[in-house]
Amino acid sequence: MIRTDPSAQGAETPSGGGGAAPNTGQKPGQSVSWPAAVYRILKGYDVRHMAFVPDAGHSELIELFRADPDIVSNVLTTEEEGIAIAAGAHLGGARSVLLMQSSGVGNCINMLSLPVISRFPLLMLVTMRGEWAEFNPWQVPMGLATEPALKAIGLRCLRAETADELIDSVAAAAALAYDADQQIAVLISQRMIAKKIW
Amino acid sequence: MAPLLDRRKAVAALLKDRDGLLVVCGLGSPSYDVHAAGDHDGNYYLWGAMGAAALVGLGIAQAQPDRMVVAITGDGEQLMGLGGLATIAVARPKNLVIIVIDNGHFGETGMQKSHTGHGLDIAKIAQACGIEARLIETESALAEARAALHGKADGPRLFVVRVKAENAPRSLPIRDAVHLKNRFRANLGLRPL
Repeated sequence: MIRTDPSAQGAETPSGGGGAAPNTGQKPGQSVSWPAAVYRILKGYDVRHMAFVPDAGHSELIELFRADPDIVSNVLTTEEEGIAIAAGAHLGGARSVLLMQSSGVGNCINMLSLPVISRFPLLMLVTMRGEWAEFNPWQVPMGLATEPALKAIGLRCLRAETADELIDSVAAAAALAYDADQQIAVLISQRMIAKKIW
Repeated sequence: MAPLLDRRKAVAALLKDRDGLLVVCGLGSPSYDVHAAGDHDGNYYLWGAMGAAALVGLGIAQAQPDRMVVAITGDGEQLMGLGGLATIAVARPKNLVIIVIDNGHFGETGMQKSHTGHGLDIAKIAQACGIEARLIETESALAEARAALHGKADGPRLFVVRVKAENAPRSLPIRDAVHLKNRFRANLGLRPL
C-alpha cells in the first residue's frame, strides 16, 4: 500500500513538446504533478506506444497512458520485452516510451544491444529504488548498478531529483530520442517517489 | 511417425506468394531459411537480441494494424522469449502470426538439444496462454499455416513446424542493423531523420 503525497495535486503545467524548457508555473511550496506533465510532453511528441512492468512510482503515469484510447499499452512479463516491442514499433513507424523500475533495468542489458546497434530511438523512464530511505536491501545492488550498466551498454542517462528537473529532463530526452535517434534513460530519483509503506 | 519436414522447403512454402507480408526473423537458422527463400525489403533479420523475434513482431503489428506480420523463429530463440507469449496473448493482435521452426536443437552453437528436443511443446504453452496454436508436421498442414499468414483473426496465432535437425547451406542476410532498419521502414513508406 502506497501513501502518496497529499499535496501532489500540482500547479497547472503547460503542454509539452518541442525543445524549450517548459515553465511549470510552480509557486513556492506547491508540488507539481509530474506524471501529468510528463504525459503531456510525450503526447506532444506523438508517442503512441507505452510498455511497462508495473511500478508503484509510475502508477499515475501508467494510468494516464492506459486510459488513452490513442495509446497502445503493453503489460510485460519482464522489462526487456519492452525494448523489443519498442524496436518493432519504430520499424512500423510508431514512437514508444518504456516505464520501469531500476530493478528492471538489470533485465534489459542484452536486449539493449538491439536499439544501440540499430540506432532506434529509445526512451526509458526509470524510477529508482535502493538509493533513498529504502527499506528493502534487495533493491540496493540494482540501485547502484542502474546508471553504470546503462552507460556500459551505450545509453545516455539523465537524472532528475525534483519534479521540475524531471519535466525538463523528459522534454530534453524526448527530443534526443525522437529527433536524434538516441537511446536515453531518465532516472527518477527515489527521493521524488512517495515512501512505500509495508 | 511421419518423417520430419525439411526446413528450407517449409519456410519457402510458407513465404510463397507473400504479397505485403512483413517478416521478422529470429537469429540463426530461421534468418538463413527466410533469406534462402528470397531476400526482401519486408524482411527484418535479427542477428542478436535472442528472445526478441516475436516481440519485435508485436511492435510492428501494433504500429501497422492493417498489415500482416509473421515472426519466423527457432525453438531456442522462442524458448528464451517464452514470457513474451504471455505478453502477446494479452496484447491480442489480430495481425500477428508466430512460426517456430522446431528442430529440437540449438543450431548455431553445436546442435545441443534444446528444451523442445527434451520433449517440451511450445504449441501447448502458447495454447495455455490463450494463443491459437498447433503443431505442423505435414505439407497439407503447412499449406493451412501459410493461409493464416494472409488474413487477420480474433487474436495471435502460433505454429510449431517440426523439422529435421540438420545444417542447411548457410544463406547469410545483411548484418548492418542500420541498413536493415532503414530498408524495412522505407518499404513501409517511412523516411529516416
